[in-house]
Amino acid sequence: MSIRERLSGNEAAATAMKQINPDVVAAFPITPSTEIPQYFSTFVSNGTVDTEFVAVESEHSAMSACIGAEAAGARAMTATSANGLSLMWEMIYIASSLRLPIVMSLVNRAVSGPLNIHNDHSDAMGVRDSGWLMLFSENNQEAYDNLIMAHRIAEHKDVLLPLMICQDGFITSHSIENIELIEDENVKSFVGKYEPKHYLLNDKEPMAVGPMDLQAYLFEHKYQQAEAMKNAKKVILEVAKDFEKMTGRKYGLFEEYKLEDAEMAIVCMNSTAGTTKDVVDHLRQKGIKAGMLKVRVYRPFPAEEIAKALSNVKAVAVLDKSDSLNGAGGALFEDVTSGMYINGNTAKVVSYVYGIGGRDTTAKEIESVYHDLEDIIKSNKVDNPYRYLGLRKE
Amino acid sequence: MDNSLVEIRWHGRGGQGAKTASLLLADAAFNTGKYIQGFPEYGPERMGAPITAYNRISDNPIRIHSNIYEPDYVVVVDDTLLESVDVTAGLKETGAIVINTTKDAKYLRDALKGYKGKIYTIDARKVSMETLGKYFPNTPMLAAIVKVSGIMEDKVFLEDMQGSFKHKFAKKPEVIEGNMKALELALTSIKEIS
Repeated sequence: MSIRERLSGNEAAATAMKQINPDVVAAFPITPSTEIPQYFSTFVSNGTVDTEFVAVESEHSAMSACIGAEAAGARAMTATSANGLSLMWEMIYIASSLRLPIVMSLVNRAVSGPLNIHNDHSDAMGVRDSGWLMLFSENNQEAYDNLIMAHRIAEHKDVLLPLMICQDGFITSHSIENIELIEDENVKSFVGKYEPKHYLLNDKEPMAVGPMDLQAYLFEHKYQQAEAMKNAKKVILEVAKDFEKMTGRKYGLFEEYKLEDAEMAIVCMNSTAGTTKDVVDHLRQKGIKAGMLKVRVYRPFPAEEIAKALSNVKAVAVLDKSDSLNGAGGALFEDVTSGMYINGNTAKVVSYVYGIGGRDTTAKEIESVYHDLEDIIKSNKVDNPYRYLGLRKE
Repeated sequence: MDNSLVEIRWHGRGGQGAKTASLLLADAAFNTGKYIQGFPEYGPERMGAPITAYNRISDNPIRIHSNIYEPDYVVVVDDTLLESVDVTAGLKETGAIVINTTKDAKYLRDALKGYKGKIYTIDARKVSMETLGKYFPNTPMLAAIVKVSGIMEDKVFLEDMQGSFKHKFAKKPEVIEGNMKALELALTSIKEIS
């Protein structure tokens, strides 16, 4: 039996970490993820977990400590947001290239500047090519469920990559909502014991971690990282299948909402997907064939699968909560359109940058996107493919 | 559409506990089996600055994640906000507003710019001073919105809050009784402006 609870997204993440009981947590507080290590440190001092909690002096040190712990053979976790992730930047690449399956809770927030503490996805998009697995979560439930699945994915022998679970800062991290929790013992047996094949504290196998890697091998090592990324798709689906057996909650690489017979679709991530589902239902009542695709697994990017899922729609709007500032659409837009093109999907596509710096996105605004898609289908052309949603023009 | 959905917007000032009250309301509704959301709108919050918090309460799972623009109910924790914040913006006329105030009907009607829905008042300062000996307007306002919205029966609400306070005030149990009294007194201190 699951446990009916009400928790904020941050409480949900901290609860998952409590149930996982990792060997090491190293973190530095930053809004809006501060509560995660804060709650977790309470579990440490109460003796609810036997984790070594390292209160570091910066995020660079937090990631370094996680790298050291994971290389030593321990299971390590951290949490951060925005500029905290920016300060980790150097070590983020080290973690993935050393193939250390560290798990991070990333509570998405705008990267300064100017200084802003509210939600957008600019922090996550900044590390999208760093070799981390990236899963996005619509609400507290998904932030929790994704964390419970995280170690099984990251630590799999065919993957061995660090993984970050994203959720929207404040919008879900600070909103109290219903959630179904899994019993402690079930989480424990689901997550399992961490048994790394190679680790520094194994005195029977002396090894070096992080030596020079020049012209002769770096290329091959990067190829191996890319292959591991590809392997992760299968592993993510296998773990999701086991998770569904335990909880009844089904997860894929992405979620399709009323997409089967849809003429038009919005592609988005995180909390906006919930609002979009309500809008889809509203439009369906009016006879408009709207659908939605919510990307859960952003890295690896399921390009082929998404192109296929969108093969019956006539027009697609991709919503990016981060502006790539390149004059050519957001990062998710680029990924979706390139995936569609390569796989022969010729539906019309339009990019919307929205919700920057915590700008609230309303159901009415989402509805206006579907009406724009109706116009695109009617005229069979996209006049301006690079658009904004909710931007004040005057 | 979800006909069981009730949306509530709170207006207060930083430090008055509007956010806490919205979370306690979410808690109370959750305990009666509802789906809930309770979330503040974080700004550059500091003591005394206007703040907004929100509640959604429904019989069905809540998926929408945006602020509330057309609330069924509005709670005003501090009546000095009436002059600076458009508290009835988008408020449904089938709904109601409940204000912590001692101002007269004429002042309130003018301040609310002809809002046609129901207007309720409560002297939360008096309730708070009588029961807690200090000014904590959020506890009486929590009772006031429960009464006005009819989200749950008084008895169920009070039983529920007893449990919530035990949890919330685990480290200072001496304040539980006063807070319970504040809720009880508030439930009978609400007036409708006619």
